[in-house]
Amino acid sequence: MPSFLGNIIENLFGKPATVKYPFEKPEPVPGTRGELNFNMAKCDQCQDCERTCPSAAITVYPEEKRIEWNSFQCIYCHACVRACMHEAIEPLINVEAPDYKKRVKSFEA
Amino acid sequence: MSNEPKLTVIPFGPQHPVLPEPVQLQFYVDEEKIVDVLPNIGYIHRGIERAAELNDYRRNLYLCERICGICNIIHGQTYAGLIEKMTDTEIPIRAKYLRTIWAEIARLQSHLLWIGLFAEAVGFESLFMKVWRDRELVLELTEATNGHRIHMGTTVIGGVTKDMDEALISRYQKDMDKLKKEMDDWAHVFRKDPAFLSKTVNKGILPKKDAVHSGAVGPVIRASGIPQDMRNNGYEAYGELDFEPVVYDNCDVQGRVLVRLDECYQSVDLIKKALNQLPEGPIAVKNEKFPDGEAIYRTEQPRGEVFYYAKGNNTIHLERVRIRTPTLPNIPPLLGMLVGHDVADIPAIVHSIDPCMSCTERITDIKEVA
Repeated sequence: MPSFLGNIIENLFGKPATVKYPFEKPEPVPGTRGELNFNMAKCDQCQDCERTCPSAAITVYPEEKRIEWNSFQCIYCHACVRACMHEAIEPLINVEAPDYKKRVKSFEA
Repeated sequence: MSNEPKLTVIPFGPQHPVLPEPVQLQFYVDEEKIVDVLPNIGYIHRGIERAAELNDYRRNLYLCERICGICNIIHGQTYAGLIEKMTDTEIPIRAKYLRTIWAEIARLQSHLLWIGLFAEAVGFESLFMKVWRDRELVLELTEATNGHRIHMGTTVIGGVTKDMDEALISRYQKDMDKLKKEMDDWAHVFRKDPAFLSKTVNKGILPKKDAVHSGAVGPVIRASGIPQDMRNNGYEAYGELDFEPVVYDNCDVQGRVLVRLDECYQSVDLIKKALNQLPEGPIAVKNEKFPDGEAIYRTEQPRGEVFYYAKGNNTIHLERVRIRTPTLPNIPPLLGMLVGHDVADIPAIVHSIDPCMSCTERITDIKEVA
């Protein structure tokens, strides 16, 4: 019981543990696996990322020098980041926001 | 059953406030006493084994991590261990220690989650919030390690993907001490509180002999006095940490509570010990070969033994993958435990095996409707 009392007093005078999400954005912790950003200047369209991706979220079009990344199919494991020989995938440290539409991001050289 | 016309059938689940996940138990009751129980599983079958056979074997790691939301890291480590066994890959010693530490972190958060849910199931709601508040410490450590609260994604075939630096190690040490102090605040309620004991002592009895015969695993069999724990085999770094399983002879729900409570303390000690002896070196090696032949691999999850079998044919696909998670072998003992008890004891007894149904569903039987 005394330990509960400590928590009650702490909760009464402390700051809330949650943030009002759409108005206030929480700070992502260091090391968060966030959205992918393809640096097309470094990319040689070898398709290693496409082959590695466990959820088939990346499609490479070598002729057009274009990469499509489906952020809603992605499981954010960053296996592609480790697979890329040229370190062309530079992930962001953020939390992906929800959306009304399942959009696909396109990166072009 | 038909010559006893007084029996009433009470369907319990698949959707029920007590159950976190869908399983149906049909209780045949005589007044208040349970006479017979009929289980019905298969509500969340997802075809994981078939998907694992169609996938590239490297991608299966991420699939296996998603079998369960709570013991995901141990699923990933078990699959990686299986493939490493098939391809004769020896992982670096530092990777073994890191895997052990994260597996114990997963066990800690799973046991704390269960202790909270169990407290709620027997009517201790503020205790549930207190326990989950302390669980937050463990989740924050997980988040600091890999950036996510639940899905670790830290295991690869041949090692681990994340390393721990000095600052993180000292944070782990500090938080483990803090967690131990916080646990001391509420652990005595589970050991001594008369209201709590009245709902757990001599409920859901599983004698030693029945536990062996019905094939119970994990904390359920350890609460019946049998020191069966896969960590005894010394996989990963457990062989170097002087691991001794927690065993109680109570054979009832209280025994299962005490086993899990003591395992929380044990996990804290194992993590601290592993951090102290954490060796230097690389964290991953490249696996060069394709899996060939057959192999089995067993590890200890928070709920018990998990069993993986795979057959490879030297290609990128596996011919057969078989996964048996700990809740499936714990269902037959559960049926025996429930018989002879009151309807009011159902929540405590069903919760005492820590059912995790989405892990369990590997088969489903579709009945044809005329």
